[in-house]
Amino acid sequence: MSQMIIANRLIDGLVIYMGPKGEWVGSINEGAVFEGEQDAQHWLAVAQQEVEDSVVVDPYLIDIDTEGDRRLPAGARETIRAFGPSVRTDLLENTEGSRG
Amino acid sequence: MYRYDEFDHKLVQERVQQFRRQVKRRLSGELTEDQFKPLRLMNGLYLQLHAYMLRVNVPYGAMTSRQMRKFAHVARTYDRGFGHFTTRQNIQYNWIKLEETPDLLAELAEVEVTGIQSSGNCVRNITSDHYAGRIKDELADPRVYCELLRQYTLLHPEFSFLPRKFKIAVTGSPKDRAAVALHDIGLRMHLNDSGELGFEVLVGGGQGRTPVIAKTIREWLSPEHLMAYVEAILRVYNLNGRRDNIHKARIKIIVNQLGIDRYRELVDQEFDRIKRNVRGIPEAEIQRIKAYFSPPKYEELLDFTDELSTLRLADKAFDLWMSSNVAEHKIRGYAIVNLTLKAPDRVPGDITATAMDAVADLADEYSLGEMRVNHRQNLVFVDVKQVDLHSLWQKLGPLELATPNLGQLTDMITCPGLDYCNLANARSIPVAQDINRHFVDIDRLVAIGDFTVNISGCMNACGHHHVGNVGILGVDKHGTEFFQLTLGGSSDEGASLGNRLGRALPQEEVPAAIEAIVDTYMDIREDDERFLDTYRRIGMTPFKEAVYGSVDTKVVA
Repeated sequence: MSQMIIANRLIDGLVIYMGPKGEWVGSINEGAVFEGEQDAQHWLAVAQQEVEDSVVVDPYLIDIDTEGDRRLPAGARETIRAFGPSVRTDLLENTEGSRG
Repeated sequence: MYRYDEFDHKLVQERVQQFRRQVKRRLSGELTEDQFKPLRLMNGLYLQLHAYMLRVNVPYGAMTSRQMRKFAHVARTYDRGFGHFTTRQNIQYNWIKLEETPDLLAELAEVEVTGIQSSGNCVRNITSDHYAGRIKDELADPRVYCELLRQYTLLHPEFSFLPRKFKIAVTGSPKDRAAVALHDIGLRMHLNDSGELGFEVLVGGGQGRTPVIAKTIREWLSPEHLMAYVEAILRVYNLNGRRDNIHKARIKIIVNQLGIDRYRELVDQEFDRIKRNVRGIPEAEIQRIKAYFSPPKYEELLDFTDELSTLRLADKAFDLWMSSNVAEHKIRGYAIVNLTLKAPDRVPGDITATAMDAVADLADEYSLGEMRVNHRQNLVFVDVKQVDLHSLWQKLGPLELATPNLGQLTDMITCPGLDYCNLANARSIPVAQDINRHFVDIDRLVAIGDFTVNISGCMNACGHHHVGNVGILGVDKHGTEFFQLTLGGSSDEGASLGNRLGRALPQEEVPAAIEAIVDTYMDIREDDERFLDTYRRIGMTPFKEAVYGSVDTKVVA
């Protein structure tokens, strides 16, 4: 199973993913995909340092499937975190920062 | 409405400044997340699935048009254009930025609302009857005592680090619209044998994973001793409540373990000690608070009965709304109007900034600038002239705030569920929307009558599923969302917990299951018997047979 690292950005709380160079990106489709457990754990340790440095909160690994360029998280919870609430997105008067 | 005095203003402003410094220290790395978390929670700031979520108290559910406009401003300026009214008579915002929160709280303080104690192990927003001060059957206005308790428990040093959160509700009516028996302390005003007004005090109620109907700890308590007695209950809980297990830390657990008689003994010992030596509420203070809640200047009006009858005969939609959403006011010529936030396809409790502004304008025009939010996630205009009802109804319709379903099957309590909440196992809102789409026949809903459906996305029960006539609990089974139904719950003066119907159902089968329950009820009810009364008379069996006979049991988990 492929994996990614998800976290919340400290300053605004938004959901972010670790990118290919260890940077943080707002879209799951721009995030790095880790194929091996060793690789995933290495980058999770990098993410933990970002917690120490007060950049992110609560990073953890998630399982994903890939479909072309799209990343599809396993389960409803991570899908909702990646793409937003599944209901009434038309309520949003200001969609700045929406992802997916 | 209560208005802040100089001490209230000073306290809240100092708190905002304190939080501003705490946020600065967090962003600089001086505070770790573990150190910061309890500080942000005491100001109502959670970290949820999508971002920070801010919960703002609406004390006992009462607010002014000025406060509603500020809520709209916050939604538009600091969030994504809408807010969510909760079962605690609060409003929540879902995409708040930590760095902006101190400015946001400072803006809220301008209109005398805060997030203080909307989270954390302390006394939470004190809730009450949304018809308080306006309904005929009321013995006294409960907001006076809510406000006294709010002031007394706000940042109280002894009660800021309780074993767990603590919820208090107060009703001044024999008809319980505040679900007082589901609270850590429930206060129910009534007259004693001498005709004196006081409180029946209930203790140890709650929902969550261990639902309990509160027990009466004192049949009658004089209002002057209210604070001393509540303090005694809190102190006994604080000393005896468990801190080693979060799931066993609520007062209901310790009341059950000790037994209500022993708990009463401990409380009475403490009460006797402090009531003699320390405190009663001075009558002058009660009168000072009462003055804030004195009735507005009503006009001398006649009831508008004949004219309304004519309008109702001419327009069925207006007639339905009048029957469902309008309640009798204690003052002649006035009415109480419920604005349901339960239009088809809407998210229960959600309201856009645009609608909030419109509601504020309508409150000014039609309701003396005041409104309420109730624990069923609807809004209430409390002072509408009967002569204005038709005009108001016409203006509420385009805002999707005139759905004539108050107290009916589609007036569902629904928690945010997995669409927003970190604790949830399943989505609640899509289930509510499925049910809403299924039950579109207004005449049928009217024929069904009183019927509450309450939905929670996890066992924490923010959607009050234990006390819905039909309760729906979302559960996760191996990564798939299923829904457990209960029947027979009620949160009113005859409160009861629902009983489990059977095995959990997949989401797509929930509306059909409710249809089967409704059909059975309609077949077997006697005269105008409510669903709850039919269930209590007949029991579970026919409903169970109807549901598990009407859905494909092979796909039932």
